Amino acid sequence: MAAEGHSSIDALGQFTLEPALGAIGRSVNFTQANTMMVVASGLVLALLVVGMRPRAMVPGRLQAAAELAYEFVLGMCNDQIGHGGKKFFPVVFCLFFFILFGNVLGLFPYFFTFTSHIAVTLAMSTFVFCLVTFVALKEHGLHFFSYFLPKGIPMAMAPLVILIEIISYLSRIISLSVRLFANMMAGHIILEVFASFVVMLGLAGGIFLIPAGLSLVTNVALFGLELLVATLQAYVFAILTCIYLHDAVHLH
Amino acid sequence: MNTDTNGPNDSFEGRLQAARVKQGLDTPPKPTGESPGGSGAAAWRIGLRLGVEMVSALVVALAIGYGLDRAFGTKPILLLVSLPLGVAAGVLNVWRLFGREDRGTASGGRGT
Repeated sequence: MAAEGHSSIDALGQFTLEPALGAIGRSVNFTQANTMMVVASGLVLALLVVGMRPRAMVPGRLQAAAELAYEFVLGMCNDQIGHGGKKFFPVVFCLFFFILFGNVLGLFPYFFTFTSHIAVTLAMSTFVFCLVTFVALKEHGLHFFSYFLPKGIPMAMAPLVILIEIISYLSRIISLSVRLFANMMAGHIILEVFASFVVMLGLAGGIFLIPAGLSLVTNVALFGLELLVATLQAYVFAILTCIYLHDAVHLH
Repeated sequence: MNTDTNGPNDSFEGRLQAARVKQGLDTPPKPTGESPGGSGAAAWRIGLRLGVEMVSALVVALAIGYGLDRAFGTKPILLLVSLPLGVAAGVLNVWRLFGREDRGTASGGRGT
């Protein structure tokens, strides 16, 4: 394209970590991502604590939201994990709302999206993986390893199938984390690029105001899409956790 | 066996659904807005999911192969062996992703 002076699109700059909370934050490497995690956790906690304070028979708005959140995740646990799914309700609830608030808070201007970092999502998916493996070992003992050998496989094929199954099992860590991270990061890059278009073309003025306006319209539409993606990816993460837990509890 | 516990729940859900449809609350939303991404968005999402599933299996397999190669000093052999295994695991992941819908209705009460 034609060189437009000094300005260029810096779409990845928004993901840079910077120390927050002044000198204290700098000395312990407390970044704005950590700040957003604390904010997200605090908001989830506030929704539940403040929302459930009235304990009214006919719930108000905040209490209705808290009850809906509770029942939604409880229903997801019971449907997906099946018998004994209630045991895992707390962990699924925490994961779902932590990710959901992180994703949605990240859509506000000047707010950082901590789910757009692979380090964060990989940590969460590794935690899920360890939990699932631990649950499976606790429920079934060594019988758990029959998971890697489906029934009705000829013995000659067994070594190959076991290797493939183990790789497939391990790949859950990667696919779970990359899905969330890639969706959030791609969305924010696209938003940033179109926002830069608006500013750069708008400053150029004249005939360029038409594509600037189109970019603005696109950005508004994209923002709606990003809201959908933010919610959907939190849901996908939670539901995949439930499905993995179902596999761990019931073995197939 | 589960029909007993789900019975009243199901019928309530069914009645609620019927009521909602009658009130016109549950008509499927028509994507009138964004025409370029309207029909392509769902396909794009499925494609991304499949890609992630396949690539993640491949990454894991190659990481294992590379790690074992470094451990045993057999530079390219195990990496090359793990490559087809990773591809197979990726295909297995994709197979599972689409097989789940059929399996969901099958009986799950085989647990020991």
